[in-house]
This record gives sequence, C-alpha cells and structure tokens, in this order.
Amino acid sequence: MVYDISKLLQKKKKSIIELWIKNQLSEAGLREDLISNEEIRQQSEELVDSLVNNLTQENITEVNSPDFDDVKDILSGISITRARQGFSPRETGAFIFGLKNALLELLQQEIKDDKESLYEATIKINRLLDSFSIVTFETFIKGREEVIIRQTDEITEISTPVIRVWDGILALPIIGTLDSARTQVVMENLLQEIVETGSSIAILDISGVPAVDSLIAQHLIKTVSATRLMGAECIISGIRPEIAQTIVHLGIDLSNIITKSTLASALKFSFQSLKLEVKRIPVKTAQ
Amino acid sequence: MIITLFKVSMRIERDQDVVPFRNRVKEYAVKIKMGIVNQTKLITAASELVRNMLKYAKGGEALIEIVTQGRYNGVRLSFKDQGSGISDIDLAMKDGYSTEKSLGLGLPGAKRLVDDFNIISNVGHGTTVVVIKWANG
Repeated sequence: MVYDISKLLQKKKKSIIELWIKNQLSEAGLREDLISNEEIRQQSEELVDSLVNNLTQENITEVNSPDFDDVKDILSGISITRARQGFSPRETGAFIFGLKNALLELLQQEIKDDKESLYEATIKINRLLDSFSIVTFETFIKGREEVIIRQTDEITEISTPVIRVWDGILALPIIGTLDSARTQVVMENLLQEIVETGSSIAILDISGVPAVDSLIAQHLIKTVSATRLMGAECIISGIRPEIAQTIVHLGIDLSNIITKSTLASALKFSFQSLKLEVKRIPVKTAQ
Repeated sequence: MIITLFKVSMRIERDQDVVPFRNRVKEYAVKIKMGIVNQTKLITAASELVRNMLKYAKGGEALIEIVTQGRYNGVRLSFKDQGSGISDIDLAMKDGYSTEKSLGLGLPGAKRLVDDFNIISNVGHGTTVVVIKWANG
C-alpha cells in the first residue's frame, strides 16, 4: 500500500500543529521574554498551513520546487524577525527542527504497520525539512548581519564628532583607524561645521589613532588641504612620541602642517593666532 | 640561525582584515616584550605591506612568526601574494614612486621601519615580502 503523505498530512494538520507547539513549549530554553504563546501558535499555524497546502505527492521530493516559495518566504520572515529580536541560533534552529520532529512523530503513528513505507516517507520528509532548515539559517544569519552593518554605520556616525571648543575653534578627535570611508565622513563633517560656525581654526586630534601609516597620513594631508581651501587653518594634535618616530622613518613629510603633541598646546596655539589671552584673575582677599 | 617559536597565518582579502591583522601583530609584539616605539614601527610597517598586498594583488597570505636568534627575540612577518608582481624592484623601493596615486612610501618606508627586509617578486606570479623586527632592535 502506497501512502500519499501529502493527503495524510492535510488530514492531520490540526494534530501536527498541536504536536509542534507542544514540542516548542516543552523546550527548556523557551524564550517567554521574547515571544508569547499566542505568537508561537500564530507563526506555527501559518507555516504548517502553507506547507500542507503546497505539498503534493509529486513535489515532495523536489525541494527546490517553486511550490515551496511561499513556505520559504514565511520561514525567512520568521527567522529574520527572530534574529532581530535577539534569539540565539539554537533557539531558531529548535523552532524548525521541532516541526520536523512533529511530522516524523505523526508519520510513525499513522504508518505503524508498514515499515517500508514509513522509511520512505521519513526520508522524504527529512530531506524536505532539512532544506527548509538551511533557508532558516541563511536568513537568520542575514538578519544578524544586518544588525552588525547597522551598528557599523552607527559607530562611524558617533565616532566623528566635531566639537566647538571656542568661538572660531573646532576640534575633531579621531579614534581608531582612519580609512577612506571614514576620512570622507570626517572631512564632510568638518567642512560643513566650518561653514556653519565660521570657524577659522580646526584641530584634528589623533591621540586615539593607534598607528599612522602612509595611507592614513595621506588622508590627513587631504583633510588639511581641504580645510585650507575653505580658508581655515588646520592643526594636527595628539602626536605621540612613537608615532612621531614612525612618521619620520616612513619618510612622510608633514613639515608644512602645524602639528602639536597635545590638544592643550594646539588650543594654546589657536588662542595665540586668534589674539586671545587666557588670564588668571587675582583673587580678592577679604577685607 | 633563526628559529621559529610560534607561527600563525591569516588570509587578507578585504580592507576590514587590516585592523584585526594589525592587532594580532601587536599582540605578539607585546608577548616578546617589544618596546612601544618598536611596536608602533612594526605595526606601521605591517599595515603598509598588507595594504600594498590588498591594493596591488587583491589580497594574499600573511604569516606572523615569533622568531629567536641567540639572545634576541623578534617578530617575523611574511606577506605572500599571487598578484602581477613587480617588474622593477629598485624603482618600487624608491621614495615617492607609486603606480597608483599614493604617497609612494609604502615599501621604502616599511624597509626603514624594520630591521630586516626581503622582497622577492616574479612578474606574473606574485610577490613575497619578509620582514623581521627584533624586540630590542
């Protein structure tokens, strides 16, 4: 006797859902903080519905059949939202493998008497669900990668603040490596701020740059040149002794750029060139 | 005779690989108690050579080794790529020479930053650069 697995599953849809949900709820690591029982039920019902409706006796062996696009869409949707919600790969994996277990359990109950058919059906379901698992993981990882990319963007945004230290003086602390993309952001922010504030001096502080190689130096020189074109003077500060020695050995010529060892001395220099004076006010003694 | 005590190799394929590689180099330099100036020199040289590899050969293999010779410990870095090679090494080693629009200080600068610098290039087959920086060199 040949069993029509798709018909069988259609008939038993309700019990598949119940079995699967039972599997999910009994899972030790159930994240009640991230997802409610109703949501689990809703997601599970949607997926089982779509799977059972699209499954036929013919396409069960063809995992790449377009009939399953719908199922894969739902699955991707679920795993992407789970990735964003902060589910672990194990938890997401347990979700889809729970369905596999439920299906296999059901087959075992239904095709008790015919070992050969059971074996065949098991293999087919296994193959199909494995391919779905791969889809789940692919999209899960993609979801996580999106999170990482978004964070990278945020870091570049945060890490290039332009600070108004004084009227007419801007400071820009650079932390980390200065690559081409970052130089672009730094330059854009700085030039924009020069226009907006009408500043005449910009201080680039590189205390937080671990090493200055020729590419980073080139980026710095470009930023300085662009600032000068805008009519402002650019000072590079925060050059540590080891960086100074390295720059000399590398043979980078920074002699026509004003450089200072600390931000404080750069600020002092700026005050001088703006003809400003910082004075200590004598404290009046009590009479 | 130079003996290798430890080695680790890294694939360099994207710009994002430069920073982790540099951090790795720094880690080993710290391990052999290299001073901060030499550390910075080594890291800068490593950075130059890795960037060259990315720019001209679209990546390659970088090997970090802790080596010892007598009483001296050092870090040896090898950069091996399968790029188009350098036809005139003497010219490439000259300050300010660059086929791209860069400062042209990468190779000659890196040579000045390390204690031992070796470059072998076969046109059409690739380039290998090996540098050593001693902890107290």
